[in-house]
Amino acid sequence: MMDLLNLQPATAEIFLALASLGLVLVSAFVAPQEKASKLVRRLTLISFAIAIFLTIYNGSTPAYAFNGQFFTSSFMVYMKVIILLGAMGILLMAKRELKQDQIDRPELPLLMLLSVVGMMLMVSANDIIVLYMGLELQSLPLYVIAAIRRESLRSSEAGLKYFLLGALSSGLLLYGASLLYGFTGHTSYDGIKIALENDVSPGAVIGMVFLISGLAFKISAAPFHMWTPDVYEGSPSIVTAFFAVVPKLAAMTLFLRFTYGVLADASDSWQQIVMIIAVLSMLIGAGGAIMQTDIKRLMAYSSIAHMGYALVGVAAASDLGIGAVMLYMTIYVISSIGVFAIILSLKQEGRPLTRIEDLAGFSKTHPVYALAMMVLMFSMAGIPPMGGFFGKWYVFSAAIASGHVALAIIGVLASVIGAFYYIRIIKVMYVDDQVISIDNHIPRSNTMIALGAAVLMAVFLFGLGVLREQITAAVPFVVFVAG
Amino acid sequence: MGDISLIHYLMVAAILFTFGAVGIFLNRKNVIIILMCIELMLLAVNINLAAFSSFHGHITGQIFAMFILTVAAAEAAIGLAILVVYFRNRGSIAVEDINMMKG
Repeated sequence: MMDLLNLQPATAEIFLALASLGLVLVSAFVAPQEKASKLVRRLTLISFAIAIFLTIYNGSTPAYAFNGQFFTSSFMVYMKVIILLGAMGILLMAKRELKQDQIDRPELPLLMLLSVVGMMLMVSANDIIVLYMGLELQSLPLYVIAAIRRESLRSSEAGLKYFLLGALSSGLLLYGASLLYGFTGHTSYDGIKIALENDVSPGAVIGMVFLISGLAFKISAAPFHMWTPDVYEGSPSIVTAFFAVVPKLAAMTLFLRFTYGVLADASDSWQQIVMIIAVLSMLIGAGGAIMQTDIKRLMAYSSIAHMGYALVGVAAASDLGIGAVMLYMTIYVISSIGVFAIILSLKQEGRPLTRIEDLAGFSKTHPVYALAMMVLMFSMAGIPPMGGFFGKWYVFSAAIASGHVALAIIGVLASVIGAFYYIRIIKVMYVDDQVISIDNHIPRSNTMIALGAAVLMAVFLFGLGVLREQITAAVPFVVFVAG
Repeated sequence: MGDISLIHYLMVAAILFTFGAVGIFLNRKNVIIILMCIELMLLAVNINLAAFSSFHGHITGQIFAMFILTVAAAEAAIGLAILVVYFRNRGSIAVEDINMMKG
């Protein structure tokens, strides 16, 4: 029998939580604010690196901690490592942004750190109470960093909107959790799963619907996507990059664990809902992006569409589908971090440029970056042989294998519409004449991340086998140890 | 006089929750009212949890309710802080004035 109070599987989370407390002290006691900001940013990066080491070192053998309320396995290790790498990538690019956006305070890296602790808890939660605490620990710092430019009306409006809709979604999620608890008599995932094996009562189904709606808010899937474009546009670009990459991954992992893992035996009840959410997200994401002139708003709609494609894999409700979603999210994280590295590099005398027209003539002034952007846009549009194509391929083939042919067809049609606006960006870069001069200096970290992501997407085919092997090994451990 | 059973508690909670949710969308005046509506939704959840907890005869639900109360306090604090920041920039907290960005 396993040792239930064993804390070793949670070492990385405990370390990060303690590190965040320590960094609060550092930021309070180091005298000039710029110095504190620099120090805290570096220490946060180091903490993430140590956490990655601890996560991998503690191994991928399935293990419980905290009396069975915390569960880790190769699936969680995979997701956590990507979350941490994504957060590190964003933080590496934050240096210049913090200075130029006048947000050079230690709060931003600190809040990111706290939010990442919440995400890791969400991924590993094995009990609804832990799920809720992790979700709130993730969300509360995000509300604050959306509004981190205190003197900017747009930023504070983004924070306010995000807070109001986020709190509403937490309310929905909690109501669902309370019904699920009431009608199954358990808060632990294992307990709920066993209770649902015997009998799925209507009350539990209502709870499930509320819970899925609450989670759909967090991954910004339609029809719960209203906050996304405004929050993406209003927040400082570095915060937008963080929003687009890291929390999506954590919330999608939670979605996977909850639907495919916990509610596996009630899949008839949730598959329909997930399909509707997926179709709406794909169509609204593809349609809404066409008219956009702001590249951050465009990325918001693009992320809504991407969540829709990923949900197609969830709706397949098979091992194949789960593996496809993991692959899709990995590709999504790499390509969007690359795109944001380029968006963050677009400056005119230190002022951020976010309109799509500003990219005109980018291929002449910055040929290498334009090429990287083109590769990333082709990847996001799903054009072979870029990485994005394989993501969509596996997701749609999983849907077809589960018999949802119509869903796959709608997905392919939506990605055709979606290709239009990705290719429009390439057209603006390569065909249109330059109107605005973009600063030549681009920080080395942005260059490395943008080019690295583009190269990874371009040669993705060669790494596919190894990645698929990792994912296939991880899929059976979405919920608990079999047997 | 019939006894008050689990279903009555659930009805009260469902009605309160609906009031909260509808209030958020119908209210056209003030962001503070939205915050109150969110609080109402969370309290409805707590009634649910307490009722289920006593129905099942174990205290898990009550512990959950305690956690929700704590987090709701933190959430309200952050919400009000963001609202103050917003008010300083905009000079108003009317719902229809939150329209810098269309979405």
